[in-house]
Amino acid sequence: MRQAIQIFRKEFRSYFVTPIAYIVIAIFLLVTGWFFFATFFLFGQATLRNFFSLLPIIFSFVIPAVTMRLVSEELNIGSYEILMTMPVTFTDVVIGKFLAAVALVVAMLIPTLAYPITVSTMGQLDWGPVVGGYIGAVLLGAAFCAIGLFASSLTRNQIIAFILGMAICFILTLIDKMLFFLPRSLLGVLAYLGADYHFQNISKGIIDSRDIIYFFSVCFIGLYAAYLALREKY
Amino acid sequence: MIQVENLTKYFHNFCAVDAISFDIQTGEILGLLGPNGAGKTTTLRMLTGFLQPTAGSIRVKDYSIDEHPLEIKRILGYLPESAPLYHDMLVYDYLNYVADIREIDKRRKLDRVRQLGDLCGINTVMHQPIGELSKGYKQRVGLAHAMMNDPEILILDEPTSGLDPNQIVEIRQIIKRIGKEKTIILSTHILSEAEATCDRVVIINKGKIVADDSTENLKESAGDKKYIQLSLQKADFKSVDTAFAAIEGITGVTRIDETDHQLDVRIDCRSAADPRVDIYQKIKQTDWVVLEFHQKTQTLETIFRELTMESE
Repeated sequence: MRQAIQIFRKEFRSYFVTPIAYIVIAIFLLVTGWFFFATFFLFGQATLRNFFSLLPIIFSFVIPAVTMRLVSEELNIGSYEILMTMPVTFTDVVIGKFLAAVALVVAMLIPTLAYPITVSTMGQLDWGPVVGGYIGAVLLGAAFCAIGLFASSLTRNQIIAFILGMAICFILTLIDKMLFFLPRSLLGVLAYLGADYHFQNISKGIIDSRDIIYFFSVCFIGLYAAYLALREKY
Repeated sequence: MIQVENLTKYFHNFCAVDAISFDIQTGEILGLLGPNGAGKTTTLRMLTGFLQPTAGSIRVKDYSIDEHPLEIKRILGYLPESAPLYHDMLVYDYLNYVADIREIDKRRKLDRVRQLGDLCGINTVMHQPIGELSKGYKQRVGLAHAMMNDPEILILDEPTSGLDPNQIVEIRQIIKRIGKEKTIILSTHILSEAEATCDRVVIINKGKIVADDSTENLKESAGDKKYIQLSLQKADFKSVDTAFAAIEGITGVTRIDETDHQLDVRIDCRSAADPRVDIYQKIKQTDWVVLEFHQKTQTLETIFRELTMESE
């Protein structure tokens, strides 16, 4: 586990040594800021609901961009060989890299705390849904990071890793909105699979164990799949 | 120290390494030689635990690579071919990261990085990103990486490839210096390198071991096969052949090249015999003109070529 922490530190630092972190955070803030405040004053309500309802779609573009290089780059330049011949296990690698991506997502969300603070000066803001929303955002981000990490460990090409990760995140986000195509018997199951559905539950301020379990299971499945993909290369 | 038994690796249906076995003693510098694609890198990758063998076993000290991969990785330093390192990290940061992963004590870390900087001559580039370094410096950083935890076994895959002659000499000196206490396995296709640095040489070709002996022994066994190269003018092969066949000690005459002006032949002779005087006498009786006449002993190069060409 100590090795996992070292890998986490190295990966998290390299986000900020290279321009990746700055570019991704800037784009994320620009997009969320624009879409949130563009319609905010039309509603005349002191609520962050609009911001949180956009988050799953924006995350499904942004997070695969954060995770795409995690393993692909190592496979591409061959440093994977150096990494795996040091005394580290596959679990260390997967956990370390996953935590680094999650930490970047958290770093990306911190500046958005300016939104609730601004909004609370303009009206009566209900903090319950805001806290729920941020907890949900971290859980959603973690789930998408796990998926992105899996996509990255499948290929040495970062662009393929990005598109693959984005496709999976996108499908998970939109699956409950595509339900009208499907037979009634499948509705319940597929609605449960949708990330957006669970995220919107939490962001209402209701923290339900079902939603928490959902995000934890997506993380686990993603990380385990990444672990298997890495072991396959050995 | 290391025992390798019937090590085999298949990539789909392609057999890269075919049931090779060898032992390595503590303090030995072993050279793994072979033409391109012989299976050198694959063998080394299996020794380091990066690739899993299809069959066979590797034991390092008392550990088996299947059961205790981490323990083996802890006492092993590895420099892969062309040192693939993180391009965007500074050399100093990278070495620190390796020290952390290798669990070097915090207080000793800075000293260790400095020591390695001196040993590998990378102190001047410590604060440059690895991606901006020349190939030679990358190789040195890779070497520093491999030696970080003062490993008992050092595995180097073509450590001098892409270096200039001065750097090659330097790296060889480093290898020699650390080889006094450590077990080193290095792969190369440069024969003079194996001759200069290794105690023992294993030559592999197409995944099989074709020779396994000390460099002296290999050369001695080659010393048995002396031959004379002769270039003549105004001579034809047939008459040369009949003229020399009668001489004591000559086992065969082969034509290398024949043009209108010149005939090149190779005369193989028995180890103990020295038929040069007789050959000269023979030539004197004719009106052939001698252009070239010299005796050659087989070098490691010719042994290598023979061993790796034969099996084709």
